[in-house]
Amino acid sequence: MSIIAENIKYVYSEGTPFVTVALDNVNMTVEKGDFLGIIGHTGSGKSTLIQLFNGLEMPAEGKIIVDGVSVGEDKKKLKNIRQTVGLVFQYPEYQLFEETVAKDVAFGPLNLNLSQDEINSRVKEALELVGFDYNKIKDLSPFDLSGGQKRRVAIAGVLAMKPDYLILDEPTAGLDPAGRNELFSQIKKLHGKGNFTVVLVSHSMEDIAKLVNKVIVLYKGKIHMKGTPKEIYSQSEELKRIGLGVPQIAEIVLELNKRGFNIKNDIINVEEATAEILKEIRRRKNV
Amino acid sequence: MFKNLTIGQHYPVESPVHSLDPRVKIIMTFAFIISLFLIESFVTYLYVIAFLAVAIISSKVPFKFVLRGLRPIFFIILITFIINILMTPGNVIIFELGFIKITDAGLRQAGFMALRLTLLIMGTSLLTLTTSPILLTDGIENLLNPFKKIGVPAHELAMMMTIALRFIPTLMEETEKIMKAQKSRGADFESGNVINRAKNLIPLLVPLFISAFRRADELAMAMEARCYRGGENRTRMRQLKMEMGDYVAIFIFVIYFAMIIVSKIW
Repeated sequence: MSIIAENIKYVYSEGTPFVTVALDNVNMTVEKGDFLGIIGHTGSGKSTLIQLFNGLEMPAEGKIIVDGVSVGEDKKKLKNIRQTVGLVFQYPEYQLFEETVAKDVAFGPLNLNLSQDEINSRVKEALELVGFDYNKIKDLSPFDLSGGQKRRVAIAGVLAMKPDYLILDEPTAGLDPAGRNELFSQIKKLHGKGNFTVVLVSHSMEDIAKLVNKVIVLYKGKIHMKGTPKEIYSQSEELKRIGLGVPQIAEIVLELNKRGFNIKNDIINVEEATAEILKEIRRRKNV
Repeated sequence: MFKNLTIGQHYPVESPVHSLDPRVKIIMTFAFIISLFLIESFVTYLYVIAFLAVAIISSKVPFKFVLRGLRPIFFIILITFIINILMTPGNVIIFELGFIKITDAGLRQAGFMALRLTLLIMGTSLLTLTTSPILLTDGIENLLNPFKKIGVPAHELAMMMTIALRFIPTLMEETEKIMKAQKSRGADFESGNVINRAKNLIPLLVPLFISAFRRADELAMAMEARCYRGGENRTRMRQLKMEMGDYVAIFIFVIYFAMIIVSKIW
């Protein structure tokens, strides 16, 4: 069970003078249970790529295969695919429209023609998954909530469809640090629960480094790098060349090494870095 | 869905017609419409066609773009044509079937009206083809200025038009985004009967309205922060100025108009 992209090519404004190739020769697989990060600059094609995953856009060439079904081959199956692959857009709070939080979250399950009991239990479950007290929030108007709360309601709206894959496009854009940490810890918890697959799209290295176990770097519509976070971040020079930063801590290690330190270069979190730097300082003192 | 939609129909090339002062173009277009209604004989249409040909050729807009303006009103022209054929009494009956009677006068009148409408649309669409929406509003504001004294809010009207034009593409983009987000939640905008389809639009329209109001609010705030306070004493970055080309255009137009009048008197 996986999402497979085969030789994907996607072109914007075909047949006009403004034609641009957004994706070119993209091959990748999202395995079940993965926590995959897709990073890339604005305009690198990452948002386009994830819209192909649930059939909102169709590739000009190539195929997307979700759990063995080719996307778009049968229009009637699109709804199933959109249920399987839950896509949370950037600023998802702008999609809220119902009078109450519960009704809004129920919109997705309602479209799946489920029974009322099933819908209710899914709404409750989804809202609790994103950290709400169901009874307190269900009758509030989504428009009275804070920005971070609205976003969690919107994410619950997608979770209520019980997707096997959850794709989040810049889920923390515009949130304050507290809201960001809260959301990330909830996403992490979600991923921890059983064989749930999460794809996180971001241009922030810091976010990706902390969470994911695989990274894909998109650059100008092509897959530029693939690997574990450690593998990717050890190539900090290359990342910088294509205009992506590395996590601050990796940068510090890089600069220290330039000045004669000898610390391993695949460090991505502060705790590990502290230990390594201390070790290095002690070693140098003893010499 | 919205990828092929262009706003207005401005055709951006450089030509003598494009660089005319928008005020001159607006007034000429109005006078052109008046001239069309002064015409009484088919022969005089030759002047109009000649004038329009000169204007279109010098505007460098491909002929098919000018014709494209006719597409939305094709049915109006057709209906006018048919009604005129059937309703005009005449002496010589060409064709008769039951109550349907086609006379020579009817045929003449129908052709006359259809030609008038066609030329009218071609002439007016040349205005929007060769003038960007912003210049057009500038021109309208400028022309409305004298009416400020009797309480016409010229500047405010123009500003409203400019803002509306500015936000059309933004709202289109927004619509597409919200549509995709709701589709991801299983919404269906494409199938079902009319009533269901209308109902299905609610998840699209509510967020769209909210965001439109939010944007309007933000824009008002930003304008106020930059001390915007309406038209009074406001200068513009782009001053409208009459140039040699404008006088030439006016000269040609006056000759055209005089010819129409003369042919009417004769």
